[in-house]
Amino acid sequence: MIPLSWYLILAAGLFTIGLFGVLARRNAVAILMSIELMLNAVILNLVAFWRYGQPVDISGQVFAIIVFAVAASEAAVGLALILSIYRRRSTVAAEDINMLKW
Amino acid sequence: MQLDLIAWLIPLPPILAFAAIVLWAYRSNRLSHGLAIGGVAISWGLAMLLFVQTLGIERFGEHPVTSSVRWLPTGQSALEIGVLVDPLSTIGLFFVAWTLLAIFVYSVGYHNFGHQADPQDVKGLPPKSGGIEPMYARFFAFISLFAFGMLVLVLSDNLLLLFIGWELMGLCSYLLIGFWYGRPSAREAMVKAFLTTRVGDVFMLLGIAYLYSQTGTLSFRQILYNEQVLNTLASTPAVIGGLSAAGLIGLLLFIGTIGKSAQWPLHVWLPDAMEGPTPVSALIHAATMVSAGIYMILRIFPLLTAGWHEGGGLTPTMMVIAGLGAFTALFAATIAVAQKDIKRVLAYSTISQLGYMVAAVGIGAFVAAAFHLVTHAFFKALLFLGSGSVIHGVEHGVHETHEHVDPQDMFNMGGLRHKMPVTFWTFLLGGLALSGFPILTAGFWSKDEILADAFAHGHTLVFWMLALAALLTAFYTMRQITLTFLGKPRSQAVGHAHESTWTMTAPLVVLAVFAVGFGWVGIPEAFPGLGGILPNWFHEFVGGALPEHPAAIAFDPTPLLVSVGVALGGLLLGWLTYRRIQAGAPDPLRRLLGPVYPVLENKYYFDELYDYAIVRPAYWLAETFTYTFLDRRVIDGLLHAIGRNSLRVGAFLRSRIDLPVVNGIGDWIGESTKSSGHQIRVVQSGRVQQYLLVGIVFTGLIISFFLLAGA
Amino acid sequence: MTAMQAVFLLLGLVTFISAVMVVVSPQLIHAGLWLVLTLAGVAGLFVLLEAPFLAVVQVVIYIGAIAILIIFAIMLTRRMLRDEGRQLNSLWAGALVVTLILYAVLVFLILQEPSLAAASQPIQAESSVLLADLGRALVDVDRFILPFEVASVLLLAALIGAIYVARPMMAGEDRERQE
Repeated sequence: MIPLSWYLILAAGLFTIGLFGVLARRNAVAILMSIELMLNAVILNLVAFWRYGQPVDISGQVFAIIVFAVAASEAAVGLALILSIYRRRSTVAAEDINMLKW
Repeated sequence: MQLDLIAWLIPLPPILAFAAIVLWAYRSNRLSHGLAIGGVAISWGLAMLLFVQTLGIERFGEHPVTSSVRWLPTGQSALEIGVLVDPLSTIGLFFVAWTLLAIFVYSVGYHNFGHQADPQDVKGLPPKSGGIEPMYARFFAFISLFAFGMLVLVLSDNLLLLFIGWELMGLCSYLLIGFWYGRPSAREAMVKAFLTTRVGDVFMLLGIAYLYSQTGTLSFRQILYNEQVLNTLASTPAVIGGLSAAGLIGLLLFIGTIGKSAQWPLHVWLPDAMEGPTPVSALIHAATMVSAGIYMILRIFPLLTAGWHEGGGLTPTMMVIAGLGAFTALFAATIAVAQKDIKRVLAYSTISQLGYMVAAVGIGAFVAAAFHLVTHAFFKALLFLGSGSVIHGVEHGVHETHEHVDPQDMFNMGGLRHKMPVTFWTFLLGGLALSGFPILTAGFWSKDEILADAFAHGHTLVFWMLALAALLTAFYTMRQITLTFLGKPRSQAVGHAHESTWTMTAPLVVLAVFAVGFGWVGIPEAFPGLGGILPNWFHEFVGGALPEHPAAIAFDPTPLLVSVGVALGGLLLGWLTYRRIQAGAPDPLRRLLGPVYPVLENKYYFDELYDYAIVRPAYWLAETFTYTFLDRRVIDGLLHAIGRNSLRVGAFLRSRIDLPVVNGIGDWIGESTKSSGHQIRVVQSGRVQQYLLVGIVFTGLIISFFLLAGA
Repeated sequence: MTAMQAVFLLLGLVTFISAVMVVVSPQLIHAGLWLVLTLAGVAGLFVLLEAPFLAVVQVVIYIGAIAILIIFAIMLTRRMLRDEGRQLNSLWAGALVVTLILYAVLVFLILQEPSLAAASQPIQAESSVLLADLGRALVDVDRFILPFEVASVLLLAALIGAIYVARPMMAGEDRERQE
């Protein structure tokens, strides 16, 4: 039998990899992809807990579906933003988009 | 009219005349002299009225007429203004009123009233050629003020009011000596007179203050006629020396007299005071102002002689007074012998005669001193006015002949008895009175009484000094008369002299009458022959002014013979020596006395001594020490140093403290804020990933902290 | 080791390695493809977890829409989005350290909790019943109608927002921007 902890460890691993990508990648689109990874890890966590908790109670899956919707919308908006930024600054390197500074 | 009311009114007319002349009447010469003479005439009238009234009062000395008003409140008591009419003040009023009136009338003629104003004449200088005096009205204003001062002094009932009159006369003396202020010698003389008498006045004021502190009052009646007060003062030891309080006070007040009556050593101002017009010399330096000094010591006679009884030994104060007086009498007489200016001789003669009076007070001869005071006032005023007449006559001659001679030098004169007879005869009478010509003149009776008193009470040194002075007095007086009037004129100008106007000669006659007649009221009863015919009214009247009526002296022939001898002998010697002096010839005394003569001629070099010892150091002190050194170098130097150093301190503070420290702190705060801001804002790189990383790290730290702390 | 465990391990490994490759690939298009693989692996895991509907949703939405979108965006804008030089920024060392620590901590915490070591209980209901229940739950007034509707509104907002943000600049805007 697969203990819950395995799923959790896997999800944690996905999450931290995504986190690393967010913190360390230069390209904004790459950062976006890393964010998708993190979201996936979250959904995986949710579903695992649903399954190993009260599977009859469907609210776990509902939660996961809502997260899907949010992830989708966020990806779309994020890409649109990246395009818009590129048009203005001619770069998508996250390091160069540093207008929020002194 | 009540007597005290008359007394209050007597000083009033002259001061009103002064005010009227100064304020508006000065425009008219006639009105000015009219107001002045009118004022003094009214005073004279009131004085005579008072005199006559008081003659009838029995034991007048014990019940004098007094009246006073509270003036300056001083705590419990008050200083007062008041009048005291007692025998001494009555007799004082008598001679003051007569001499004032005579001199005021004389001044009209002396200042050439009625002559045209000379356009060449300048205010501040005497008229050059017999024109009317340009400052005519001013003169009468000043002498009116002077008259007021003297009358106040005579009538005052307390030392303070006396002092006020005293100082007022000092002021008028200053103004009148320097009347012709255009002359540098007059300017110097006026300052000298004022300052020298000031020295005396300072000590007098000390004496007044000391007296007030001891007794709490300055009223004559309360101090001098109160046995208790006098005894207390006589027995209280004074602050210095072995003197009693009364002795010290007396001495201090006497120093005022030394100044005012020109006794040695403060005699130097009186000869120089001859710079003033002759009426001034007569008024101030014969009749009234210098007499005020004697009047004052007569007034305070009970205080001066506190602790002394008639016939007993003299107190230290009295010895000082007697010695000083006798010395001055002899000293001044020796100088008079060698003077050639007609007025100078009279000046030194005045000093000498005042010395007589002072000596008389010193030996306790109250009545004799008062007697000589009165007679001297008359004959000295007469002599001064006479000399003025002579000078006027000679000046007239100088204008006519255009000869440049000094109109006051006796060695240029001679033979004036033919040209100016009235002046000659009156002057002769005055001169004989001064010499003490026996029987006939008043001067004999008064001088003889002093000598008799000195001899009778055994003060032989004083006696012989005064006798010698009398010899010299007779000598120089005859010298003066011989040189001026007898013989032949020694210069052309004198040959053209003529007699003066009636306004000048009439007063001479009046004064001559008194110079002769007044002596007869004071003939001692013990005198052989003449004594007893007329009672010694003077002795009775004036003697009543003292608490103890002085006894009459027994007759002694010795002083009488000495007195007659020196008078006649001196007159004879003077006549013999000078009757044949030719023009241009030197003074025979020059050969006789040899090296002594220049010493006498130069007044024993006292003026030079004072100049070196006192005047120059005073100038040095003022100019060099105080002004240049203290004021400019020390005080200004200090102030400049303070100023400079303040600037330096200020600059130092600015450059070392204000700029670096204060500004530094301010700037440092700003700069450090900026630089720390600079350094810190690097954190805000704008790179979101960096923010995230930092956020995660810190979140982890906080969570782990909480977990660990919770666990 | 049961069959399930082996399957799990296999899927887990694929997912894990794909995820690492997503993050590490220098070429962006490769990263995109690796992302697809990762998502597929996660879908498989959903199947293992007896949530078939979610597995399908994962494939259809995530892979079919999101990942495709990303790849399309990458492909359509290759000139713009060309990677130049490094693909890791200057913070990558710190980030690596932090993430490793985080992973270690998480693993430790997970292993600590004993209740997490339990095996799963069999589901009492059939999967179709579950699915029907899921559908009903989403529109049930007493249950999850509100989050459902809000999510749809969110999608609408995102849609409009994305269109507006990413629209091409017009002539006037260009001038506006340059001022």
